Amino acid sequence: MNEVKCECGHVNPHGTVLCESCGKILEETEIDKKLVDMRYEGSARRSQTYNKTIIDKIWNFFSSVKVGVWLIVITLLSSIFGTILPQVMYIPQNIPALEHYETEYGWFGKLYYQLGFHDLYSSWWYLLLIASIGVSLVICSLDRVIPLYRALSKQRVSRHEGFLKRQRIYGVSDLPESEEDFATIHNKLKSKRYKIREEEGDILAEKNRFSRWGPYVNHVGLIIFLLGGMLRFVPGMYVDQTLWIREGETKAIPETDDQYYLKNNQFIVELYDKEKDGEVFEQALDRAGGVVKTYQANVTLYEKKGDTVPGEEPELEKVKDAEIRVNEPLKVNGLALYQVDYKLNELHEMSFALQNKETGEEFGDVTVDLSNPDKLYDLGDGYSVEVKSYFPDFEFNAEGEPATKSRVPNNPAFVFEMKSPNKPEGEVSFVAIQETIEPLGDNEYKMAFKGVETKNVSGLTVRKDMTLWILGLGGLIFMIGVVQGAYWNHRRIWIRRIDGKVWIAGHTNKNWHGLKRELEGIFDGTGIDVPKDQLEEEARKG
Amino acid sequence: MVELSGNLLYVAFICYLVATTFFGGSIKAKKDGKKIEGPNKWATIAIIITVVGFVAQLGYFITRWIAAGHAPVSNLFEFTTFFGMCLVGAFILIYYIYKTPWLGVFTLPVAILIIAYASMFPRDISPLIPALQSDWLHIHVTTAALGQAILSISFAAGIIYLVKAVDQTTSSKRTFWLEMIMYSIVSVISFIIITTGFAAVNYSAEFNYIDKKGAAAVYEYQIPALIGPHEGELVTEGKFEPFIETPAIIDSKKLNTVIWSLLSGLILYWVLRLLLRKRIAASLHPLVKNINLDLVDEISYRSVLIGFPVFTLGALVFAMIWAQIAWTRFWGWDPKEVWALITWLFYAAFLHLRLSKGWHGEKSAWLAIIGFFIIMFNLIVVNLVIAGLHSYAGS
Repeated sequence: MNEVKCECGHVNPHGTVLCESCGKILEETEIDKKLVDMRYEGSARRSQTYNKTIIDKIWNFFSSVKVGVWLIVITLLSSIFGTILPQVMYIPQNIPALEHYETEYGWFGKLYYQLGFHDLYSSWWYLLLIASIGVSLVICSLDRVIPLYRALSKQRVSRHEGFLKRQRIYGVSDLPESEEDFATIHNKLKSKRYKIREEEGDILAEKNRFSRWGPYVNHVGLIIFLLGGMLRFVPGMYVDQTLWIREGETKAIPETDDQYYLKNNQFIVELYDKEKDGEVFEQALDRAGGVVKTYQANVTLYEKKGDTVPGEEPELEKVKDAEIRVNEPLKVNGLALYQVDYKLNELHEMSFALQNKETGEEFGDVTVDLSNPDKLYDLGDGYSVEVKSYFPDFEFNAEGEPATKSRVPNNPAFVFEMKSPNKPEGEVSFVAIQETIEPLGDNEYKMAFKGVETKNVSGLTVRKDMTLWILGLGGLIFMIGVVQGAYWNHRRIWIRRIDGKVWIAGHTNKNWHGLKRELEGIFDGTGIDVPKDQLEEEARKG
Repeated sequence: MVELSGNLLYVAFICYLVATTFFGGSIKAKKDGKKIEGPNKWATIAIIITVVGFVAQLGYFITRWIAAGHAPVSNLFEFTTFFGMCLVGAFILIYYIYKTPWLGVFTLPVAILIIAYASMFPRDISPLIPALQSDWLHIHVTTAALGQAILSISFAAGIIYLVKAVDQTTSSKRTFWLEMIMYSIVSVISFIIITTGFAAVNYSAEFNYIDKKGAAAVYEYQIPALIGPHEGELVTEGKFEPFIETPAIIDSKKLNTVIWSLLSGLILYWVLRLLLRKRIAASLHPLVKNINLDLVDEISYRSVLIGFPVFTLGALVFAMIWAQIAWTRFWGWDPKEVWALITWLFYAAFLHLRLSKGWHGEKSAWLAIIGFFIIMFNLIVVNLVIAGLHSYAGS
């Protein structure tokens, strides 16, 4: 490693532009410039120094802010495409996605689907973009923060003349007549919370150096956030389940090893009421019609007691009653249960009477629990009804045979076998809503429809997300870093006595206006002129 | 209470209008007299009126909050008005840092337009749907709006920079795009004029039409239909018959409004240009004659620096916390979420370009304008056209 020794005696790493200690220009190409480039203090960055091996090349590629900005811009532009049509998670789930896009949006929707834009944010190339941004964050930060740290901690008080006169804020004045002026300046700097270092009458006043670390702190936060996002794919870290639960029903909560059970006592949808909820809403309610006020599931949480063998009814102990509303999930053992969906008036029970078709005489009622029908209903006196087949969600399938679309009793249909003293061998009847078919000819008896009972169903999301605290931590660190970098400015003022003159130079990493005003306050009324902004002077002349 | 609230907003609006003229006057006064450091008497009056207006609008906000029982940021009218208020607040803050009356000449009109635009939407106090019933409504929405407003100051500064820096003696790409910005602003003005005008004469035309599901439906237009709905049939007698009809998938009424705004904006723009006999940006030039470009650039940058953390906190961090509570997940790629991310990425790129690539001055000014365009897109188009989970904001 060929290190560079400056005339001040400090040994700099290879590639250094400005001596870390005295600021002398070490790179010959920089000498002709009117102002030095103060970004990263002219320190030796790996990416600017080495370019031999493949690792150097990869490092240099990702360490470039230009590449980083391109990655941001490409991510930004491609994100736009995902908002043109709804993403796949927001379309109805009951038909194939392609069909939905095609019927809703025509050829454009089909193209959108075929290009994969319907699920853009999970596509491999989008994830690759995000990952590249992550890599760029790590390399960019490392490439800059280490040399910057070196340069800032090695800087000495008396800077090289060439360094001082190439600062944007710079001025030379005659030495003031009394030393008191220096003391005044010293005090004024102190009162503006500058940290002051003095060597042989030269002054380096510096404040808020920590704001220089802001960008790197926020990058660390972002990296933690991205890592947290990746952890979601580790099994056990993330749970997303749906729990449909009818009123009166008790179900094991998924992902609790059947340890916890939930009973839905009641599900309520409440609308705003003009009279009850105040007149202020009257106009809005007139215009919009019904506006929902509450979705609420009143539930009871149970915990299982002791061990049970499969099939055995578990013994449950009540933990608490709870109300689950939107924005108010129920927390159970690291899981959160959210009220997200519902179904009103789902068919629950259907009742029939066994009836003689001619006389109308009835021989007892049969009430069928649609989610769990009995096999046989014995009505006594030799009358009985057997459920031969049950189709909760009846349809004729492609072969024209009776079938069920789902386990949900949306359209229940039954094949009953009715036995009576007259017909001990039984009669078969197919009963669906508003339809009765007697496949084996005319029956003597029928199942006369009596009524239905309905229940509400609550749709809950069962969610566990163990990555949240990591994401929160990343977010917090990001916010600290971004505030640290944005709301404070790193300012330095150099005062040097050279041959009976006072040289003053100032630097800030941003907000020059603020620095200039501060300098006016510091040097006003002393025997020393306020240093000038060389850029401004040039603009005025040029 | 509701009436008082409405009146206070009206007062605020008038104050901003008056303050703008005073700020304009302060620039004129400066030009005549000798160069004075700091703001003159006109500017002092102007900032006082601005603060009065701001306090009045704060009064509107508080009284409406009391009347409704929730922070008035729950629909498009309320949110946009609040955004306008934040913009004025951010301007007052920046004014006290930099003492720059000319910033008022450009910022206040933007705030005025935003508030006027907001008033074009239904002003009823609407009850909160279950998803909105949370304290995070106040926290998330207000912080996000404040962040966007501070970022928007950089837009006003960017316009000032360009009006001064772009060479108006020849026509170029830069003059073209600067005029496009002026034209967009004029179109917003003409949208407000047209909507208010036809509302004043109670224009209403009903159409029977076939919606995208193939069902018969009714659509009521409040401005004459240049563009009719799909297989639309004018029911109201004596009203304007549309020239063409749209396919069912397109919302003809919104498209009609957009076309009205753009066309009348074009007319208004050319009327202005013929009256002024030069480009609009060129005729604004005298207002910015004595401005130090470096300072404008710094204000633009500073407002991005101040606004970026606030925006991140409100539009991303608080948004994620609330989304986790209300929607079970902190992030769901809803269009509004994506556009917040896009805004954030854009300003992140802005800062990196500035810090590392040295994009100062004019380049930075153009970027500030694109940034504001993205913010407006997220406010208007995403709410009204793209919709999604945040679509309740549209009604």
